Amino acid sequence: MSGPLLFWLAGSALIGLGVYGITVNRHPLRKLLALNLLGSGVFLLFGVIARRGAAAGLGGDPVPQALVITGIVVAFSATAIAIALLSQLQSKAGRTSLDDEPPDEEDRS
Amino acid sequence: MTEQVFDAALALLVMGVGAWSMMAGRITSAVIIFIVYGLLLSLVWVRIAAIDVALTEAAIGSGATGMLLIAAAYKTGRESGARETVSGSLHVIAVLLASSVALGLASLAFVLPGEPVSLAGDVLRSLPDSGLGNPVAGVLFVYRSFDTLLEKIVLLVALLGVWSLGSDRDWGGIPGLKPFAQKHSVLVLLARTLPPIGLTYAIYMTWVGADVPGGAFQGGTVLAAMWVLVMLAGVRQIPRLSSPALRAAIVAGPVVFLAIGFLGFVSPGQFLAYPQGFAKPLIVAMEIALTLSIGVILGLLSAGPSNGKDAR
Amino acid sequence: MLDLFSVACVLGGAILFMAGTIGLLRFPDQLTRLHALTKVDNLGLGLIVLGLLPQFGWLTGVKLFCTWLLVQLSGAIVTQLIGGAIRTREPRR
Repeated sequence: MSGPLLFWLAGSALIGLGVYGITVNRHPLRKLLALNLLGSGVFLLFGVIARRGAAAGLGGDPVPQALVITGIVVAFSATAIAIALLSQLQSKAGRTSLDDEPPDEEDRS
Repeated sequence: MTEQVFDAALALLVMGVGAWSMMAGRITSAVIIFIVYGLLLSLVWVRIAAIDVALTEAAIGSGATGMLLIAAAYKTGRESGARETVSGSLHVIAVLLASSVALGLASLAFVLPGEPVSLAGDVLRSLPDSGLGNPVAGVLFVYRSFDTLLEKIVLLVALLGVWSLGSDRDWGGIPGLKPFAQKHSVLVLLARTLPPIGLTYAIYMTWVGADVPGGAFQGGTVLAAMWVLVMLAGVRQIPRLSSPALRAAIVAGPVVFLAIGFLGFVSPGQFLAYPQGFAKPLIVAMEIALTLSIGVILGLLSAGPSNGKDAR
Repeated sequence: MLDLFSVACVLGGAILFMAGTIGLLRFPDQLTRLHALTKVDNLGLGLIVLGLLPQFGWLTGVKLFCTWLLVQLSGAIVTQLIGGAIRTREPRR
């Protein structure tokens, strides 16, 4: 098995793990972690595609690689916003659950 | 043979550590494992010949994201120590869904169309026109410069989003980052010795980014790390968000980018096109302004919105 | 001969890293775990850098050496901070 193929399989597994983490975990921060894992799996698939496009003396196709760099930055921005929202939710509502029913009498959504 | 064994071990390790970060008991552990995962992933990027991506993943995907996540885990993760998941049958459905997604994607590896499509040749053919030596930088600043401009604006909007989550009264105040209280801590020593080295390194990284892997984003992240270190150690005051110098630094990158973009209307007659022969100096000027902006924006993102005088 | 030196040094470094990792996973409390980690940082990375030095030109050599120095600096200070944090928390346990 060649290296890129192995990393493609790893990327697929990471996407699967991310999907699992997003659906199963209750804590929003864990969902966010899973979303980042999913995203990095997608980027890895891009990287393998770039590696397959190795040509003209380059180790990989630079266009998908540049796309991944932009993607990582945008994912970071989204994470930063999500974390700010989360910490705001906690300081306003006193909890970090996204469930409908409040755990106690206080419900300020 | 040895390379394949290494690749296989690395792929297994990345999958294992990724799974571990999903399953870890405490949320702070999960976040720290995720940072380790990011560093391992950047090794994978090195293995598939994407050094620029490896640097970005290590700096942003693992470092900057990890810093924000640790702070968030510390703030929000205490109330629920154990990992809460959905119950019984839903859990089974989620596992089935996730594994079918993974298996479906994995199977695509065997049905990919035979002849790989590559733009590498085209990029290398037009790269000499830009004067750059790094093909990825060429793609980012010439071929896809509009995307790169918008990416910086996304970052700026993210900062505005974080700021606007503070209350109206505190707009433009001092961010809610709490400095590490101990005055004679050894952290102060680090905050006094490391920044000159880090600053040199950030400048170096931005400068060589035109020709070898590196660039504004990686340099800017190093810059941000130094600034956060200085703020955390309490060596310098955290500035007010309304400070004009700070705001100028935040918008410097996008403004220079846009200005050079509009300059394109004058000389070659198109937005974001560079005048013949001036591409490299203009791109380097853009990268320098962007490094400053990215450094300040990343630092302020980790400092959070201002929460008034009465810090919690 | 130089290649042999490199292989020996890098191998020694790798073994140290493995020992340190086992220590990190198996040692009973935080201070001994910290102990395992710092030895690896100093000597393991030092050996790997030393082994790689003859393989490259002088400029890369200087960069490698600087990497080692920076890891020394950050390692020493982070260890100190973690140690201090453990000590201040100790009485409450």
